[in-house]
Amino acid sequence: MRTWIEKQKYLIDFTLSSLARRKVKNLGLLLIYTGIVFLLASVMLFTHALRREAAKVLAGSPDVIVQRMVAGRHDLIPASYLGKIGAMRGVQKKEGRLWGYYYDPLRKANYTVMVPPAATAALVAPGRIAVGAAVARGLGLTVNAEMYFQSYSGKPFSSTVANTFSSESELVSADLVLMSEEDFRTLFDYPAGQYTDIALSVANPQELRNVAAKLAGRLPDSRTILREEVLRTYESIFNWREGIVLVLLSGAVLAFAIFALEKASGLSADEKREIGILKAIGWETGDVILMKFWEGALISLTAFLLGYTAAYLHVFRLSSVLFEPVLKGWSVLYPRFELVPEVDGFQIATLFFFTVFPYAMATIVPIWRAAITDPDSVMRG
Amino acid sequence: MFARKSHRALAFLGLAGGLFLLTFADAIWLQGQRAPELVGESELAARLELTDLCLFTEARYTRHLSQADIHSAFQDHPVALEHFPSGSLVTPPRALTIDHANLDRKTKIPD
Repeated sequence: MRTWIEKQKYLIDFTLSSLARRKVKNLGLLLIYTGIVFLLASVMLFTHALRREAAKVLAGSPDVIVQRMVAGRHDLIPASYLGKIGAMRGVQKKEGRLWGYYYDPLRKANYTVMVPPAATAALVAPGRIAVGAAVARGLGLTVNAEMYFQSYSGKPFSSTVANTFSSESELVSADLVLMSEEDFRTLFDYPAGQYTDIALSVANPQELRNVAAKLAGRLPDSRTILREEVLRTYESIFNWREGIVLVLLSGAVLAFAIFALEKASGLSADEKREIGILKAIGWETGDVILMKFWEGALISLTAFLLGYTAAYLHVFRLSSVLFEPVLKGWSVLYPRFELVPEVDGFQIATLFFFTVFPYAMATIVPIWRAAITDPDSVMRG
Repeated sequence: MFARKSHRALAFLGLAGGLFLLTFADAIWLQGQRAPELVGESELAARLELTDLCLFTEARYTRHLSQADIHSAFQDHPVALEHFPSGSLVTPPRALTIDHANLDRKTKIPD
Protein backbone atom coordinates (compact mmCIF):
# COMPACT_ATOMS: atom_id res chain seq x y z
CA MET A 1 0.00 0.00 0.00
CA ARG A 2 2.82 2.35 0.99
CA THR A 3 4.59 1.66 -2.30
CA TRP A 4 1.38 2.36 -4.19
CA ILE A 5 0.94 5.70 -2.42
CA GLU A 6 4.58 6.63 -3.08
CA LYS A 7 4.12 5.73 -6.75
CA GLN A 8 1.05 7.97 -7.03
CA LYS A 9 2.95 10.81 -5.37
CA TYR A 10 5.81 10.48 -7.85
CA LEU A 11 3.30 10.44 -10.69
CA ILE A 12 1.68 13.64 -9.32
CA ASP A 13 5.13 15.23 -9.00
CA PHE A 14 5.84 14.37 -12.61
CA THR A 15 2.40 15.56 -13.81
CA LEU A 16 2.81 18.90 -12.04
CA SER A 17 6.23 19.44 -13.58
CA SER A 18 4.78 18.60 -16.96
CA LEU A 19 1.89 21.05 -16.40
CA ALA A 20 4.34 23.72 -15.25
CA ARG A 21 6.14 23.52 -18.60
CA ARG A 22 2.96 24.89 -20.24
CA LYS A 23 2.12 27.19 -17.33
CA VAL A 24 0.16 29.94 -19.13
CA LYS A 25 -1.95 27.52 -21.16
CA ASN A 26 -2.81 25.37 -18.15
CA LEU A 27 -3.49 28.28 -15.81
CA GLY A 28 -5.77 29.83 -18.44
CA LEU A 29 -7.54 26.51 -18.78
CA LEU A 30 -8.03 26.24 -15.03
CA LEU A 31 -9.35 29.79 -14.83
CA ILE A 32 -11.91 29.32 -17.62
CA TYR A 33 -12.92 25.92 -16.29
CA THR A 34 -13.46 27.40 -12.80
CA GLY A 35 -15.45 30.25 -14.36
CA ILE A 36 -17.78 27.83 -16.15
CA VAL A 37 -18.39 25.83 -12.97
CA PHE A 38 -18.94 29.11 -11.06
CA LEU A 39 -21.51 30.33 -13.58
CA LEU A 40 -23.42 27.05 -13.76
CA ALA A 41 -23.36 26.55 -9.97
CA SER A 42 -24.46 30.15 -9.33
CA VAL A 43 -27.48 29.80 -11.61
CA MET A 44 -28.29 26.42 -10.09
CA LEU A 45 -28.03 27.56 -6.46
CA PHE A 46 -29.86 30.84 -7.06
CA THR A 47 -32.82 29.38 -8.94
CA HIS A 48 -33.17 26.43 -6.59
CA ALA A 49 -33.11 28.62 -3.45
CA LEU A 50 -35.52 31.13 -4.99
CA ARG A 51 -37.97 28.42 -5.99
CA ARG A 52 -37.89 26.93 -2.48
CA GLU A 53 -38.32 30.36 -0.90
CA ALA A 54 -41.27 31.17 -3.19
CA ALA A 55 -42.96 27.90 -2.23
CA LYS A 56 -42.58 28.66 1.48
CA VAL A 57 -43.50 32.34 1.31
CA LEU A 58 -46.51 31.91 -0.97
CA ALA A 59 -47.92 28.90 0.87
CA GLY A 60 -50.36 31.27 2.62
CA SER A 61 -51.60 33.05 -0.51
CA PRO A 62 -55.38 32.90 -1.22
CA ASP A 63 -56.79 29.47 -2.07
CA VAL A 64 -58.68 30.70 -5.11
CA ILE A 65 -58.65 34.03 -6.94
CA VAL A 66 -61.44 34.90 -9.34
CA GLN A 67 -60.60 37.36 -12.12
CA ARG A 68 -63.13 38.74 -14.55
CA MET A 69 -61.94 38.70 -18.14
CA VAL A 70 -63.00 41.04 -20.95
CA ALA A 71 -61.71 40.06 -24.39
CA GLY A 72 -58.93 38.01 -22.86
CA ARG A 73 -57.81 40.72 -20.47
CA HIS A 74 -58.13 41.06 -16.73
CA ASP A 75 -60.93 43.52 -15.89
CA LEU A 76 -62.66 44.91 -12.81
CA ILE A 77 -65.08 42.53 -11.14
CA PRO A 78 -68.45 43.86 -9.88
CA ALA A 79 -69.38 43.31 -6.22
CA SER A 80 -72.51 41.53 -7.50
CA TYR A 81 -70.25 38.59 -8.44
CA LEU A 82 -69.82 37.94 -4.72
CA GLY A 83 -73.58 37.31 -4.67
CA LYS A 84 -73.38 35.17 -7.83
CA ILE A 85 -70.80 32.97 -6.16
CA GLY A 86 -73.36 32.66 -3.37
CA ALA A 87 -73.10 30.14 -0.62
CA MET A 88 -70.94 27.54 -2.28
CA ARG A 89 -70.22 24.43 -0.26
CA GLY A 90 -66.67 24.39 1.03
CA VAL A 91 -66.09 28.13 0.59
CA GLN A 92 -65.27 29.58 3.99
CA LYS A 93 -64.75 33.19 3.07
CA LYS A 94 -65.08 35.36 -0.02
CA GLU A 95 -63.82 38.88 -0.27
CA GLY A 96 -63.24 41.46 -3.00
CA ARG A 97 -59.62 42.60 -3.27
CA LEU A 98 -58.44 46.04 -4.33
CA TRP A 99 -54.99 46.43 -5.77
CA GLY A 100 -53.29 48.04 -8.73
CA TYR A 101 -50.23 49.88 -9.95
CA TYR A 102 -49.19 53.47 -9.59
CA TYR A 103 -46.54 54.88 -11.89
CA ASP A 104 -44.48 57.62 -10.29
CA PRO A 105 -43.41 59.85 -13.20
CA LEU A 106 -40.76 61.62 -11.10
CA ARG A 107 -38.95 58.46 -10.02
CA LYS A 108 -40.05 56.52 -13.12
CA ALA A 109 -40.93 53.73 -10.72
CA ASN A 110 -43.95 51.42 -10.48
CA TYR A 111 -45.53 50.84 -7.10
CA THR A 112 -48.01 48.12 -6.22
CA VAL A 113 -50.85 49.81 -4.37
CA MET A 114 -53.00 47.53 -2.21
CA VAL A 115 -55.83 47.64 0.26
CA PRO A 116 -55.28 45.18 3.12
CA PRO A 117 -57.94 42.48 3.56
CA ALA A 118 -60.78 43.26 5.99
CA ALA A 119 -59.18 41.21 8.79
CA THR A 120 -56.08 43.41 8.72
CA ALA A 121 -57.75 46.67 7.70
CA ALA A 122 -56.55 48.25 10.95
CA LEU A 123 -53.02 48.28 9.53
CA VAL A 124 -53.73 51.55 7.76
CA ALA A 125 -56.26 54.21 8.76
CA PRO A 126 -57.64 56.61 6.11
CA GLY A 127 -55.01 59.21 5.26
CA ARG A 128 -52.20 56.89 6.35
CA ILE A 129 -50.12 54.46 4.32
CA ALA A 130 -47.56 51.72 4.91
CA VAL A 131 -44.75 51.49 2.36
CA GLY A 132 -42.24 48.84 1.34
CA ALA A 133 -38.55 49.26 2.09
CA ALA A 134 -37.55 49.91 -1.54
CA VAL A 135 -40.20 52.65 -1.88
CA ALA A 136 -39.06 54.26 1.37
CA ARG A 137 -35.42 54.03 0.25
CA GLY A 138 -36.15 55.43 -3.21
CA LEU A 139 -38.16 58.40 -1.96
CA GLY A 140 -36.25 58.92 1.28
CA LEU A 141 -39.46 58.38 3.28
CA THR A 142 -39.53 57.86 7.03
CA VAL A 143 -42.43 57.39 9.43
CA ASN A 144 -44.71 60.46 9.52
CA ALA A 145 -43.38 61.77 6.19
CA GLU A 146 -45.87 62.79 3.49
CA MET A 147 -46.05 60.89 0.20
CA TYR A 148 -47.55 62.73 -2.77
CA PHE A 149 -49.50 61.20 -5.62
CA GLN A 150 -51.28 62.53 -8.67
CA SER A 151 -54.79 61.16 -8.39
CA TYR A 152 -56.58 59.81 -11.49
CA SER A 153 -59.17 62.58 -11.20
CA GLY A 154 -56.32 65.08 -11.60
CA LYS A 155 -56.36 66.33 -8.03
CA PRO A 156 -53.23 66.11 -5.87
CA PHE A 157 -53.41 63.47 -3.21
CA SER A 158 -51.14 62.90 -0.22
CA SER A 159 -50.87 60.44 2.64
CA THR A 160 -48.81 60.18 5.77
CA VAL A 161 -46.46 57.23 6.13
CA ALA A 162 -47.67 55.32 9.20
CA ASN A 163 -45.01 52.63 8.98
CA THR A 164 -42.58 50.94 6.63
CA PHE A 165 -42.21 47.21 6.02
CA SER A 166 -39.01 45.71 7.35
CA SER A 167 -36.16 45.24 4.93
CA GLU A 168 -36.17 41.49 5.73
CA SER A 169 -39.48 41.13 3.88
CA GLU A 170 -38.37 42.94 0.73
CA LEU A 171 -38.79 39.89 -1.46
CA VAL A 172 -42.57 40.25 -1.11
CA SER A 173 -43.06 43.87 -0.03
CA ALA A 174 -40.35 46.04 -1.65
CA ASP A 175 -42.70 48.04 -3.90
CA LEU A 176 -45.88 47.88 -1.79
CA VAL A 177 -47.94 50.91 -0.84
CA LEU A 178 -50.70 49.84 1.51
CA MET A 179 -53.67 52.20 1.93
CA SER A 180 -57.27 52.20 3.13
CA GLU A 181 -60.14 51.36 0.75
CA GLU A 182 -61.40 54.93 0.89
CA ASP A 183 -58.00 56.36 -0.13
CA PHE A 184 -57.54 53.73 -2.85
CA ARG A 185 -60.87 54.58 -4.45
CA THR A 186 -60.10 58.33 -4.27
CA LEU A 187 -56.57 57.96 -5.70
CA PHE A 188 -57.58 55.84 -8.70
CA ASP A 189 -61.07 57.30 -9.09
CA TYR A 190 -62.08 53.66 -8.77
CA PRO A 191 -65.74 52.94 -9.59
CA ALA A 192 -67.87 52.14 -6.53
CA GLY A 193 -69.06 48.55 -6.27
CA GLN A 194 -66.12 47.18 -8.26
CA TYR A 195 -63.10 45.20 -7.15
CA THR A 196 -59.84 44.11 -8.80
CA ASP A 197 -60.54 40.45 -8.13
CA ILE A 198 -62.16 38.17 -5.57
CA ALA A 199 -60.25 35.95 -3.14
CA LEU A 200 -61.90 32.80 -1.78
CA SER A 201 -60.71 30.58 1.01
CA VAL A 202 -61.68 26.94 0.86
CA ALA A 203 -61.59 24.83 4.02
CA ASN A 204 -60.81 21.50 2.42
CA PRO A 205 -58.00 21.43 -0.16
CA GLN A 206 -59.64 18.38 -1.77
CA GLU A 207 -62.63 20.60 -2.63
CA LEU A 208 -60.55 23.15 -4.56
CA ARG A 209 -61.01 21.55 -7.97
CA ASN A 210 -64.78 21.21 -7.42
CA VAL A 211 -65.06 24.81 -6.33
CA ALA A 212 -63.10 25.94 -9.40
CA ALA A 213 -65.33 23.85 -11.68
CA LYS A 214 -68.50 25.27 -10.09
CA LEU A 215 -67.13 28.81 -10.41
CA ALA A 216 -66.45 28.26 -14.10
CA GLY A 217 -70.12 27.30 -14.48
CA ARG A 218 -71.51 30.19 -12.49
CA LEU A 219 -69.18 32.89 -13.80
CA PRO A 220 -68.37 31.98 -17.40
CA ASP A 221 -66.63 35.31 -18.07
CA SER A 222 -64.14 34.77 -15.25
CA ARG A 223 -61.03 32.72 -14.71
CA THR A 224 -59.94 31.15 -11.47
CA ILE A 225 -56.37 30.98 -10.24
CA LEU A 226 -55.78 28.27 -7.66
CA ARG A 227 -52.98 28.51 -5.12
CA GLU A 228 -51.34 25.45 -6.60
CA GLU A 229 -51.19 27.30 -9.93
CA VAL A 230 -49.49 30.25 -8.24
CA LEU A 231 -46.99 27.87 -6.68
CA ARG A 232 -46.51 26.06 -9.98
CA THR A 233 -45.77 29.36 -11.71
CA TYR A 234 -42.92 29.92 -9.26
CA GLU A 235 -41.88 26.30 -9.42
CA SER A 236 -41.18 26.81 -13.10
CA ILE A 237 -39.56 30.22 -12.72
CA PHE A 238 -36.13 30.39 -14.32
CA ASN A 239 -36.66 26.90 -15.59
CA TRP A 240 -33.54 25.23 -16.92
CA ARG A 241 -35.17 24.62 -20.25
CA GLU A 242 -36.46 28.14 -20.80
CA GLY A 243 -35.40 31.69 -21.39
CA ILE A 244 -32.11 33.26 -20.57
CA VAL A 245 -30.95 30.34 -18.43
CA LEU A 246 -30.93 28.19 -21.54
CA VAL A 247 -28.88 30.81 -23.40
CA LEU A 248 -26.43 31.04 -20.51
CA LEU A 249 -26.22 27.30 -20.19
CA SER A 250 -25.80 26.58 -23.87
CA GLY A 251 -23.03 29.20 -24.10
CA ALA A 252 -21.18 27.71 -21.16
CA VAL A 253 -21.71 24.14 -22.30
CA LEU A 254 -20.55 24.95 -25.84
CA ALA A 255 -17.42 26.65 -24.54
CA PHE A 256 -16.76 23.63 -22.40
CA ALA A 257 -17.39 21.26 -25.29
CA ILE A 258 -14.80 23.15 -27.37
CA PHE A 259 -12.31 22.66 -24.54
CA ALA A 260 -13.02 19.00 -24.26
CA LEU A 261 -12.94 18.49 -28.02
CA GLU A 262 -9.66 20.33 -28.34
CA LYS A 263 -8.24 17.98 -25.76
CA ALA A 264 -9.80 14.85 -27.19
CA SER A 265 -9.14 15.49 -30.88
CA GLY A 266 -5.44 14.99 -30.48
CA LEU A 267 -2.28 15.71 -28.59
CA SER A 268 0.27 18.36 -29.41
CA ALA A 269 3.57 17.20 -30.91
CA ASP A 270 5.26 18.00 -27.57
CA GLU A 271 2.88 15.80 -25.63
CA LYS A 272 3.28 12.95 -28.12
CA ARG A 273 7.08 13.15 -27.92
CA GLU A 274 6.85 13.16 -24.12
CA ILE A 275 4.81 9.95 -24.16
CA GLY A 276 7.19 8.34 -26.65
CA ILE A 277 10.20 9.13 -24.46
CA LEU A 278 8.45 7.88 -21.33
CA LYS A 279 7.62 4.60 -23.05
CA ALA A 280 11.14 4.30 -24.46
CA ILE A 281 12.69 4.65 -21.00
CA GLY A 282 10.48 1.92 -19.66
CA TRP A 283 7.16 3.41 -18.53
CA GLU A 284 4.24 1.07 -18.97
CA THR A 285 1.01 2.09 -20.77
CA GLY A 286 -0.80 1.94 -17.42
CA ASP A 287 1.65 4.41 -15.87
CA VAL A 288 1.24 6.89 -18.71
CA ILE A 289 -2.55 6.70 -18.44
CA LEU A 290 -2.36 7.05 -14.67
CA MET A 291 -0.19 10.14 -15.01
CA LYS A 292 -2.71 11.71 -17.38
CA PHE A 293 -5.54 10.67 -15.07
CA TRP A 294 -3.87 12.69 -12.33
CA GLU A 295 -3.54 15.64 -14.67
CA GLY A 296 -7.26 15.56 -15.51
CA ALA A 297 -8.29 14.89 -11.91
CA LEU A 298 -6.15 17.69 -10.44
CA ILE A 299 -7.39 20.30 -12.92
CA SER A 300 -11.06 19.31 -12.93
CA LEU A 301 -11.32 18.77 -9.16
CA THR A 302 -9.64 22.09 -8.42
CA ALA A 303 -11.94 23.87 -10.90
CA PHE A 304 -15.03 22.19 -9.47
CA LEU A 305 -14.21 22.82 -5.80
CA LEU A 306 -13.13 26.44 -6.31
CA GLY A 307 -15.96 27.20 -8.78
CA TYR A 308 -18.65 25.78 -6.51
CA THR A 309 -17.32 27.46 -3.36
CA ALA A 310 -17.14 30.83 -5.15
CA ALA A 311 -20.70 30.33 -6.47
CA TYR A 312 -21.98 29.56 -2.96
CA LEU A 313 -20.36 32.72 -1.58
CA HIS A 314 -21.69 34.75 -4.49
CA VAL A 315 -25.30 33.60 -4.11
CA PHE A 316 -25.71 33.34 -0.34
CA ARG A 317 -23.10 35.70 1.08
CA LEU A 318 -22.96 38.42 -1.57
CA SER A 319 -26.69 38.48 -2.47
CA SER A 320 -26.03 37.34 -6.08
CA VAL A 321 -24.54 40.71 -7.05
CA LEU A 322 -23.53 39.57 -10.52
CA PHE A 323 -27.12 38.63 -11.38
CA GLU A 324 -28.54 41.94 -10.20
CA PRO A 325 -28.16 43.86 -13.50
CA VAL A 326 -29.81 40.97 -15.36
CA LEU A 327 -32.70 40.64 -12.92
CA LYS A 328 -33.16 44.38 -12.54
CA GLY A 329 -33.87 45.02 -16.24
CA TRP A 330 -35.65 48.36 -16.43
CA SER A 331 -37.01 48.17 -12.89
CA VAL A 332 -36.33 51.22 -10.78
CA LEU A 333 -37.29 49.51 -7.55
CA TYR A 334 -35.36 46.35 -6.87
CA PRO A 335 -35.63 44.32 -3.69
CA ARG A 336 -32.52 43.63 -1.63
CA PHE A 337 -32.87 40.10 -0.46
CA GLU A 338 -30.79 37.37 1.04
CA LEU A 339 -31.86 33.88 0.10
CA VAL A 340 -32.02 31.05 2.59
CA PRO A 341 -29.47 28.44 1.44
CA GLU A 342 -31.18 25.37 0.00
CA VAL A 343 -28.54 22.99 -1.27
CA ASP A 344 -29.68 19.96 -3.22
CA GLY A 345 -27.15 17.10 -3.14
CA PHE A 346 -28.54 15.61 -6.33
CA GLN A 347 -28.00 18.86 -8.22
CA ILE A 348 -24.42 19.10 -6.98
CA ALA A 349 -23.82 15.51 -8.04
CA THR A 350 -25.24 16.31 -11.49
CA LEU A 351 -23.03 19.37 -11.79
CA PHE A 352 -20.02 17.31 -10.73
CA PHE A 353 -20.83 14.59 -13.22
CA PHE A 354 -21.31 16.96 -16.14
CA THR A 355 -18.24 19.09 -15.49
CA VAL A 356 -15.58 16.79 -14.02
CA PHE A 357 -16.20 13.52 -15.89
CA PRO A 358 -16.20 14.77 -19.49
CA TYR A 359 -12.92 16.59 -18.90
CA ALA A 360 -11.25 13.64 -17.23
CA MET A 361 -12.41 11.37 -20.07
CA ALA A 362 -11.27 13.85 -22.70
CA THR A 363 -7.77 13.82 -21.20
CA ILE A 364 -7.45 10.08 -20.87
CA VAL A 365 -8.83 8.82 -24.21
CA PRO A 366 -6.26 10.40 -26.61
CA ILE A 367 -3.44 9.50 -24.22
CA TRP A 368 -4.60 5.91 -24.22
CA ARG A 369 -4.54 5.92 -28.03
CA ALA A 370 -1.01 7.35 -28.08
CA ALA A 371 0.24 5.15 -25.25
CA ILE A 372 -0.71 1.84 -26.91
CA THR A 373 1.21 2.63 -30.09
CA ASP A 374 4.87 1.98 -30.66
CA PRO A 375 7.18 4.54 -28.94
CA ASP A 376 9.22 4.97 -32.06
CA SER A 377 6.29 5.91 -34.28
CA VAL A 378 4.86 8.18 -31.54
CA MET A 379 8.17 10.07 -31.28
CA ARG A 380 8.42 10.40 -35.05
CA GLY A 381 4.83 11.85 -35.03
CA MET B 1 6.68 18.93 4.79
CA PHE B 2 5.65 20.69 1.58
CA ALA B 3 8.97 20.28 -0.18
CA ARG B 4 7.46 18.02 -2.82
CA LYS B 5 5.09 19.35 -5.48
CA SER B 6 2.67 16.48 -4.87
CA HIS B 7 2.41 17.40 -1.18
CA ARG B 8 1.69 21.01 -2.02
CA ALA B 9 -0.90 20.04 -4.67
CA LEU B 10 -2.66 17.57 -2.37
CA ALA B 11 -2.65 20.10 0.48
CA PHE B 12 -4.20 22.68 -1.84
CA LEU B 13 -6.84 20.20 -2.99
CA GLY B 14 -7.51 19.31 0.64
CA LEU B 15 -7.96 22.99 1.46
CA ALA B 16 -10.33 23.48 -1.49
CA GLY B 17 -12.23 20.36 -0.42
CA GLY B 18 -12.41 21.71 3.14
CA LEU B 19 -13.85 25.01 1.88
CA PHE B 20 -16.34 23.05 -0.24
CA LEU B 21 -17.50 21.09 2.82
CA LEU B 22 -17.58 24.30 4.85
CA THR B 23 -20.23 25.69 2.48
CA PHE B 24 -22.59 22.90 3.64
CA ALA B 25 -21.98 23.77 7.29
CA ASP B 26 -22.48 27.44 6.46
CA ALA B 27 -25.74 26.61 4.64
CA ILE B 28 -27.10 24.89 7.74
CA TRP B 29 -26.02 27.78 9.96
CA LEU B 30 -27.52 30.38 7.60
CA GLN B 31 -30.78 28.42 7.42
CA GLY B 32 -31.09 28.81 11.18
CA GLN B 33 -30.11 32.49 11.05
CA ARG B 34 -32.50 33.42 8.26
CA ALA B 35 -35.42 31.22 9.33
CA PRO B 36 -37.14 34.01 11.35
CA GLU B 37 -37.00 36.32 8.32
CA LEU B 38 -38.58 33.64 6.18
CA VAL B 39 -41.35 33.11 8.75
CA GLY B 40 -41.92 36.88 8.87
CA GLU B 41 -42.17 37.02 5.07
CA SER B 42 -44.59 34.09 4.97
CA GLU B 43 -46.78 35.67 7.66
CA LEU B 44 -46.84 39.00 5.86
CA ALA B 45 -47.73 37.30 2.57
CA ALA B 46 -50.56 35.37 4.25
CA ARG B 47 -51.85 38.41 6.17
CA LEU B 48 -51.97 40.66 3.11
CA GLU B 49 -53.02 37.81 0.76
CA LEU B 50 -49.99 38.43 -1.47
CA THR B 51 -49.69 36.19 -4.49
CA ASP B 52 -46.30 37.03 -5.96
CA LEU B 53 -42.66 37.77 -5.27
CA CYS B 54 -41.51 41.31 -5.89
CA LEU B 55 -38.75 40.33 -8.33
CA PHE B 56 -39.43 42.48 -11.39
CA THR B 57 -41.28 45.75 -10.92
CA GLU B 58 -40.87 46.98 -14.48
CA ALA B 59 -44.10 45.61 -15.96
CA ARG B 60 -47.35 44.38 -14.42
CA TYR B 61 -47.16 40.94 -15.98
CA THR B 62 -43.70 40.39 -14.51
CA ARG B 63 -44.54 41.96 -11.13
CA HIS B 64 -47.50 39.62 -10.66
CA LEU B 65 -46.43 36.60 -12.66
CA SER B 66 -49.18 34.34 -11.44
CA GLN B 67 -51.96 36.89 -12.01
CA ALA B 68 -51.08 37.94 -15.54
CA ASP B 69 -53.30 37.04 -18.45
CA ILE B 70 -51.64 35.64 -21.54
CA HIS B 71 -52.09 38.88 -23.51
CA SER B 72 -50.64 41.27 -20.97
CA ALA B 73 -47.11 40.96 -22.32
CA PHE B 74 -48.37 42.40 -25.61
CA GLN B 75 -50.33 45.16 -23.98
CA ASP B 76 -49.63 48.22 -26.10
CA HIS B 77 -51.35 47.51 -29.41
CA PRO B 78 -52.47 44.46 -31.41
CA VAL B 79 -49.11 43.69 -33.03
CA ALA B 80 -46.98 44.90 -30.11
CA LEU B 81 -43.89 42.92 -29.23
CA GLU B 82 -43.08 41.94 -25.70
CA HIS B 83 -40.19 44.23 -24.86
CA PHE B 84 -39.40 44.28 -21.15
CA PRO B 85 -36.03 42.68 -20.35
CA SER B 86 -37.43 40.45 -17.62
CA GLY B 87 -39.87 39.02 -20.16
CA SER B 88 -36.94 37.04 -21.53
CA LEU B 89 -36.18 35.63 -18.08
CA VAL B 90 -39.58 34.29 -17.18
CA THR B 91 -42.39 32.46 -18.89
CA PRO B 92 -46.15 33.04 -18.75
CA PRO B 93 -48.06 31.54 -15.80
CA ARG B 94 -47.80 27.76 -15.93
CA ALA B 95 -51.56 27.23 -15.79
CA LEU B 96 -52.12 29.30 -18.92
CA THR B 97 -49.66 27.46 -21.10
CA ILE B 98 -50.73 24.06 -19.83
CA ASP B 99 -54.42 24.81 -20.41
CA HIS B 100 -53.76 25.85 -23.97
CA ALA B 101 -51.93 22.63 -24.68
CA ASN B 102 -54.83 20.69 -23.20
CA LEU B 103 -57.45 22.51 -25.20
CA ASP B 104 -55.45 21.85 -28.32
CA ARG B 105 -55.58 18.12 -27.76
CA LYS B 106 -59.18 18.02 -26.60
CA THR B 107 -60.63 19.85 -29.54
CA LYS B 108 -63.29 17.87 -31.43
CA ILE B 109 -63.24 19.94 -34.60
CA PRO B 110 -60.23 19.14 -36.79
CA ASP B 111 -58.16 22.12 -37.88
